[in-house]
Amino acid sequence: MTNKEFIRDDGRKFDEIRPMKAKVGVVDNADGSAMFQFGKTIAIAAVYGPKKMHPQHAQNPKKGTLRCAYNMLSFSVEDRIRPGPSRRSTEISKITQWALEPVLMIDQFPNQVIDVHINILQASASTRCAGINAAIMALAHAGIPMKNIVSSISVGKIDKQLVVDVNKYEDSIFDEGEGATDIPFTFTGDGKISHLQLDGKISPEQFKEALELAKNGAKKIYEVQKKALKESLGEK
Amino acid sequence: MDKVQTTPNINKERIKQYLTEGKRFDGRKPDEFREITIETGVSKNAEGSAKVKIGKTEVIVGIKMNASTPYADSSAEGTMMVTAELLPLSSPRYEAGPPRFNSIELARVIDRAIRESKFIKFDKLCIKEGEKVWTVFIDIYSLNDDGNLLDAAGIGALVALKNAKIPKYNEEEGKVLFGEHTDKNLPLSEDIPISITYHKIGDNFIVDPTREEEDVSETRLTIGSMDGIISSMQKGETKVLSVEELNTILDKVHNSWKNVFSKIEKHLK
Repeated sequence: MTNKEFIRDDGRKFDEIRPMKAKVGVVDNADGSAMFQFGKTIAIAAVYGPKKMHPQHAQNPKKGTLRCAYNMLSFSVEDRIRPGPSRRSTEISKITQWALEPVLMIDQFPNQVIDVHINILQASASTRCAGINAAIMALAHAGIPMKNIVSSISVGKIDKQLVVDVNKYEDSIFDEGEGATDIPFTFTGDGKISHLQLDGKISPEQFKEALELAKNGAKKIYEVQKKALKESLGEK
Repeated sequence: MDKVQTTPNINKERIKQYLTEGKRFDGRKPDEFREITIETGVSKNAEGSAKVKIGKTEVIVGIKMNASTPYADSSAEGTMMVTAELLPLSSPRYEAGPPRFNSIELARVIDRAIRESKFIKFDKLCIKEGEKVWTVFIDIYSLNDDGNLLDAAGIGALVALKNAKIPKYNEEEGKVLFGEHTDKNLPLSEDIPISITYHKIGDNFIVDPTREEEDVSETRLTIGSMDGIISSMQKGETKVLSVEELNTILDKVHNSWKNVFSKIEKHLK
């Protein structure tokens, strides 16, 4: 079903991710920070903590709390968005927390909170994936103990064709044949799924193909993240 | 302490232990729903309404419509908005106040299940291109939360939409005559999108959890599908799923859909 010769509107092959950039240490004040970029989509993340949770009644004596805030800058998209939280950003914040938490050893920080702030500077689809990729790097940079890192990638279905790392056109403009389907995934370094959403229309059989594509794509992202983290330590 | 407020650890352990033998407290099989009962037309001022009970869980969904200006990028298409409120009367766990994450997620998951399945034919909800289109408000309220509000709300939205009549519209004045209905149904697709949520407890998967079972659930995956075709998904909570586990769920989707569809079919005529 997937045409391996397919060329996308921006010239990429079906399984080609946009040029990625990753950088650790972009916010000096933060305990950890990172930037992750898929082509025109740019996310930065900063970590503050672990610090004592306030108010005290919100403390969890069994494990630490991970608190994520995803935010798009008003001018990050073509039509200005109203600044401040929305239903969409509230949901993505929680989804991000769920995507990250499985690999963090958060039980080491009872009564404490780790704040992760994610801001999208420039958006061209796959912003939640870029945000998650930046966030885990920022957490690693902050020295939060973790069993692994996570890598997030979207798979799209454009009419019948599967593609990885959807761009703006494939996400919200394309509307032919079976239309566009967007499936953001997050994988832990050992290949388990910590986040999954889907919008569109797809058969279970083709979904399984999408899952394989995403898994392979996530491996490439993992390498980019690993390289950036090593560079930040002065390693090659 | 009240069992409704918190599930004691001893019950949680027992629920897990029972499931390793494929058993549940109420005698259901892991992939079995509780009894579903549906009442329509429960609020006469609404364009359409439905009350859905799954076991002791109860939700009420109402449809209201209004004429509004279309979005610039789809000037001839109607619009839709889903909101959900977890009423304090429905559980000691809920408090009054601005919407918290649970109700926002509930609304957004149902919104996507309806929108992505193209169940509502928005192109047929245009009054005057570029100027006036119909907006469909789908409002969900919990009346009693005994687990699985997500699936109950999805069924409620479906049935209420099927049940709705378009209000009268005065073209000269460009005003909706609220309270007066035409005999026209909403333009809906024949394909029925149903959301079903799979919960992972230990190494086992169940559908339609009770409150206690939901409290033990480590991760969940909501899948909206129409007769075998998937149109929306949302994974919730913090435990991971392996690729094998995900594939096992995917293989169940069509059967679960058929099972729920057969229970609600007569209300979708």
